[in-house]
Amino acid sequence: MLLRVEDLHKRYGKEEVLRGVSFSLEKGETKVIIGPSGTGKSTLLRCINRLTEPDRGRVFLEDVEITSPRVNINKIRAQIGFVFQDFNLFTHLTALDNVRLGLMRVKGLSKKEATERAMRELARVGLADKAKAYPAELSGGQQQRVSIARALAMDPKLILFDEPTSALDPELIGEVLSVMVELAQSGMTMLVVTHEMGFARSVADEIIFMEKGVIVEQGPPEQLFKSPKHPRTVEFLRRITELYGGEK
Amino acid sequence: MNLVFRWAWLPRLAQGLALTLELTGLSMALGAAFGIVLALVRVYAKGPLMPLYGLASAYVHFFRGTPLLVQLMALYYGLPTLGVAMSPFTASLLALTLNTAAYQAEYFRGAIQSVKSGQMLAARALGLTRLQAIRYVVLPQALRLVIPPWSNELVYMMKGSAVVYLVGVLELMGQAKNIAAREFRNFEVYIVVALFYLALVFLFTVILRFVENRTRIPGLGVPGRP
Ligand SMILES: Nc1ncnc2c1ncn2[C@@H]1O[C@H](COP(=O)(O)OP(=O)(O)O)[C@@H](O)[C@H]1O
Ligand SMILES: [Mg+2]
Repeated sequence: MLLRVEDLHKRYGKEEVLRGVSFSLEKGETKVIIGPSGTGKSTLLRCINRLTEPDRGRVFLEDVEITSPRVNINKIRAQIGFVFQDFNLFTHLTALDNVRLGLMRVKGLSKKEATERAMRELARVGLADKAKAYPAELSGGQQQRVSIARALAMDPKLILFDEPTSALDPELIGEVLSVMVELAQSGMTMLVVTHEMGFARSVADEIIFMEKGVIVEQGPPEQLFKSPKHPRTVEFLRRITELYGGEK
Repeated sequence: MNLVFRWAWLPRLAQGLALTLELTGLSMALGAAFGIVLALVRVYAKGPLMPLYGLASAYVHFFRGTPLLVQLMALYYGLPTLGVAMSPFTASLLALTLNTAAYQAEYFRGAIQSVKSGQMLAARALGLTRLQAIRYVVLPQALRLVIPPWSNELVYMMKGSAVVYLVGVLELMGQAKNIAAREFRNFEVYIVVALFYLALVFLFTVILRFVENRTRIPGLGVPGRP
């Protein structure tokens, strides 16, 4: 088992955002988390690499307990890619430097090694020719692909995606999704929060439906989309279909 | 009216100008180093470092809340009574530095806080430590943002440094005072000195505009400028 999340709880003030979430991820698997906004999906992802400290519960990456206070969290984070909804590329750095920063400062690669590696990852997302461009000179779709390259360059065991296409204009979503599809097919382990049902259906090994801080239902896409068991799931799927249109 | 200017004033005024530049340059540079530390403490201190936050805040409020002249006099006349003797130049440099550090701390703090929080988040998600994230991601952006207010502070300090003639430092103002007193040509001497200050302001403005343009991030506008 690559990732195991056990009984995660997180509270902001009076509001309990995560109320006992457990699931696991095998190596090479892609799981998609869906659910209404404000349900704690982002909080869950951030608790996994402790960008947010969970109040209770445990997270294991392979055999290492990430949530243990004795663990060097920076070492762990270097092994877990994170792709943000609004990209969060470093605005003062070129695409190349965005990808190189972690390689040089976290992994300790020489500039030459880091450059080679970074260029390979930029090529992988189709942006080798934009290496010298700054984020503000790139389209949203290109920025998100650079941020995927930045995550990939670290050789992560797992990549967490937090609504990677939600901030994009509709015509730019496709280029990012196709990079993600390729990644999934190449055997990368991925945990993806998204409303892109087409992606979920075609790529996910399992769909996790979350609502109000708990997992309501999970299962293979076929089963969860065709014959959801829980009335909440049925209701959510009906609404999301109205919003985003039916399946192609 | 019969105005008289003499070339003979110039060597002294040039010496004064050099000292003004030295005091301004040194106090701004030292003040920047100290100001950045103060700002970082005020933005990032937490847990066991929390007392530092209190100290830094008290420092900033004290030095921004009292006149530079009072700070200078207190240092120059006060420290010797505590057994610390200082030359007029040292006392002046110290007063200017301590004063500008407090103001710069506020400019740096503002700049650091206007770097989007997602930048720190993305840096930490890569595995950078907090200090690395500050060093490689937050500060490079904050330093660009701070250039316009920092330019104002530079001009302000350059002009403000004139107060140190009161403890006998012969910078531009001190030299002017001496020449004017000796030659009874107050008006003319001060006109020349004013032009010197004006030239300095112009020079600083040009240099900082150049720095601002050189460090501008391609594709991004500069906040506050159309
Ligand atoms: N840093 C925070 N401080 C306080 N409340 C927060 C914070 N982050 C998230 N929340 C709250 O937690 C709830 C879940 O947020 P989030 O995890 O972003 O949901 P989702 O990603 O499913 O939309 C929301 O009500 C949100 O307002
Ligand atoms: Mg979210």
